[in-house]
Amino acid sequence: MNPLQDTLAPYLLLAAALLAAGIFGLLQRRTLIGLLIAGELILSGASLNILALNRFTAPDPAAGQVFVLFIMGLAAAEVTVALGLVLAVYRHYRSALTRTLTDLKG
Amino acid sequence: MNSFPGSSLILSSVFVLCGVLTAGGALVAVLSRRVIRSVSGLALSSVGLAGLYYFLHSPFVALMEILIYIGAVCVTIVFAVMLAEPDEPPPDEPQPGARLKTAGALLVSAAVGAAVAWVGLRAPWPGPTRTGDGSIQSLGVSLLSTYCLAFELISVVLCLAILGALVLARHGRRPPEP
Repeated sequence: MNPLQDTLAPYLLLAAALLAAGIFGLLQRRTLIGLLIAGELILSGASLNILALNRFTAPDPAAGQVFVLFIMGLAAAEVTVALGLVLAVYRHYRSALTRTLTDLKG
Repeated sequence: MNSFPGSSLILSSVFVLCGVLTAGGALVAVLSRRVIRSVSGLALSSVGLAGLYYFLHSPFVALMEILIYIGAVCVTIVFAVMLAEPDEPPPDEPQPGARLKTAGALLVSAAVGAAVAWVGLRAPWPGPTRTGDGSIQSLGVSLLSTYCLAFELISVVLCLAILGALVLARHGRRPPEP
């Protein structure tokens, strides 16, 4: 009997839980930053899934680690641009709620 | 390996603690109304994830998780919270469809999560056939040889993201009056 941390199942379950929490947040939150945080949770779930399968089934363990590092870089870039957008939207509408962003004309 | 008495028990409890931190932080990030608590939940979840990455024999990725997610992403979001005060207002009057919407979101997310978990648990994953050791040295060698193009592209993307964020956040600021 392997100890818990040397089996694949708990990692996959946690990754699925992170994905579910992120989707719930994307559907439920009403502020732009809340949506951004939910998206980060989804990316974290994907990273955990990749690293778990990388540890237990992949031939070359460096490949998955490189992939997760790239995901982190892309997440950082996404957060930077999205927060710039949030600031621009807040200056324009004086609000960061998704409900107020209703017109397409700048 | 098992020289210290009860070391396997300690390892397992640390693993369970990391899992609980990850899931609990995600729940705090999603369920709390104040955005600053959501950011704290994201940071908590990242700490747990870093522990899990350490258990997955990826110490460098665990370090990067703490450095990037907590040190960069959460701090940047905190700055945006400071500049834009984006808290959700309390609902003035109970909206008719709000409860139904929450139930729908819960249903959809639970269905997706359960489907992914079911596929992950039922799939016949192949056993490991190792060709590399996954050390930090092999990670660095593959970053600079096999994945060199992707590495450079990521740096270009980061540079463009910095420039784009500067342009976006600068738009609308008045120059100081002379």
